[in-house]
Amino acid sequence: MTVAPPIWQQAAAALATGAAVFVALWAEPAGDAAVVHLATRPHGSGAISVLSLAAEDGHFPSIARHHPGAILMERALCDLHGLAADDTPDPRPWLDHRAAYDFKPALGPGIHQIPVGPVHAGIIEPGHFRFSVNGEAVVRLEVRLGYTHKATLGLMRGQTIEHAARLAGRISGDSTVAYAFAFARAAEQALGIAAPPRAAALRGVMAELERLANHFGDIGAICNDGGFPLMHALTAGLRERVLRLSAACFGHRLMMDIIIPGGVARDLSADNAALLRAGLPDLLAQWRRLFELYEKTASLQDRVTTTGRLDPAIARRLGCGGYVGRASGQDFDARRDAPYPPYDTARFVVPGRTGGDVDARLRIRMAELDQSAALIDNLLAALPHGALQTALPTPAGSTTGHALIEGFRGDIFAHVRLHDGVVVDAMLRDPSWFFWPALETAIAGNIVADFPLCNKSFNPSYSGCDL
Amino acid sequence: MRRTLIENLWRGRLTEPAPRITPAEPADLAAALDRVARRRLGRSLAIRAFDAGSCNGCELELIALGNPFYDLERFGLKFVASPRHADVLMITGPMTRAMHAALRLTHEAMPAPKFVIAIGDCACTGGMFAASPACLGAASQVIPVDLHIPGCPPDPVAILQGLIGFASNLSGTLNRAPVPSV
Repeated sequence: MTVAPPIWQQAAAALATGAAVFVALWAEPAGDAAVVHLATRPHGSGAISVLSLAAEDGHFPSIARHHPGAILMERALCDLHGLAADDTPDPRPWLDHRAAYDFKPALGPGIHQIPVGPVHAGIIEPGHFRFSVNGEAVVRLEVRLGYTHKATLGLMRGQTIEHAARLAGRISGDSTVAYAFAFARAAEQALGIAAPPRAAALRGVMAELERLANHFGDIGAICNDGGFPLMHALTAGLRERVLRLSAACFGHRLMMDIIIPGGVARDLSADNAALLRAGLPDLLAQWRRLFELYEKTASLQDRVTTTGRLDPAIARRLGCGGYVGRASGQDFDARRDAPYPPYDTARFVVPGRTGGDVDARLRIRMAELDQSAALIDNLLAALPHGALQTALPTPAGSTTGHALIEGFRGDIFAHVRLHDGVVVDAMLRDPSWFFWPALETAIAGNIVADFPLCNKSFNPSYSGCDL
Repeated sequence: MRRTLIENLWRGRLTEPAPRITPAEPADLAAALDRVARRRLGRSLAIRAFDAGSCNGCELELIALGNPFYDLERFGLKFVASPRHADVLMITGPMTRAMHAALRLTHEAMPAPKFVIAIGDCACTGGMFAASPACLGAASQVIPVDLHIPGCPPDPVAILQGLIGFASNLSGTLNRAPVPSV
């Protein structure tokens, strides 16, 4: 809905009071000017509303001024489109790395800085962390990203829906299924079609396999950063087996490009469905023994409990979703609260905790393992027969669609605008946009040596934000 | 913990035999790798992973190389934290402009002899981001590359085959099958 500045300001005020949840902020080129879009939703609901405001003379009223959680997205869109946010609290460039960068200061006797990155010690994505520390304690962490900026959204413009869908699947490789799912649903809404029931069920199976693989891998990696490599070795084996099952069933270990607008590109044979239903219980049985190990290892518990606590009030303010939000008292899961096929008819429990520490985030993911395995089993038990794809029509004129899909990290928002079958605007918002500022607040007061542990427990995507 | 360890002993090894390496695989290896380099490195390679802006898909498969199924280190191949300890710079991603300076610094920090391996379609050709104004494209656009391993992402077996072939070629043992651990 195109609005005038007063309505825009009202929406910003609703974010400031916490009446609405911030979803995304992006801009779309429109001739010589640009249009800025703001997506919000009510708490506990997926009913997204999008406001659009023409940026007169390259200016628009800052949303970040009212809602700090929008700062990073606002800075990114200003860099991408050469816009200025009036009264912004932070006018520094974000994606544009050409000029020197002024980190926020932390002043006081004995405080010094530790610069880390963009090249990190492990096999990790690039980003820069600036720690201001006093002795061992972190006083302030400032994250600077943009190193993996590939202009992905820009590359989608002017492309076919199919090509843009493949790009969407490469915004964050660990969530390729969720991104393809989100883009496909947004495109389908814009085209006024729906994927056939069998395709919807298979999409759910793939999304849950992706969740299982990532949760297994990350649970081990978090324990590894807590000085417990045994768990890492064993859960890495479980992750590998999930990936091999995925490859056997869908032809690709990460299941890239299998979800396409209109449906799915591949069928699942009855043999492979049986393979999945037989294989997953064994993995979950092995996992349960590891869960006991987690609970009984005091040295590990000592590292994860009370570490990196995210205050529930901040989680709510930022709109943190996924395991980060659910570990800090935020009861939201797009599969349940903004239901879409196949989850609209599925039964599952959304775990919740309020501790907000590394342990709470781990336990949310551990609880989700069982739910995902059960979901896959239920979906396969009642797998509908029929077509895999709905043909894509080419409606004349301009149409838009959006979707909210629960990836393993949290809710991914997708927006797409089509004109005569060509993508003219797209936005895909990763949950990590809210995890990075949450991590910055959660690490304060912790020791530097616990940063890897805390960071991995949030596991924000770098590429997912560097659009 | 004792029970977990005993159970895993009972369950046996997950580690699989080494993948078959055919001489054709590392085809674009520099045949002219100098003799000194071969003698110094033997079949052991220390690898510094460098993400030049990937979507993190390639990283997932590089991490998988360390899991018990592939167990990269039994082949004398290991990922190291510092470029000063590395023989190989392993590049993933479509070489974003923002990582170009970091690539140069990382490569300069490595001691000679040093090699560059491009992993995945993005690092090999620019992939789907070849036309991006924010990217420089293939790794070979900015640095000489000794080995390309394509794929989106390449699966761990493909990466292992490339790496083992490369290391064997360095030590002049390309046609000798690598010995799996006992």
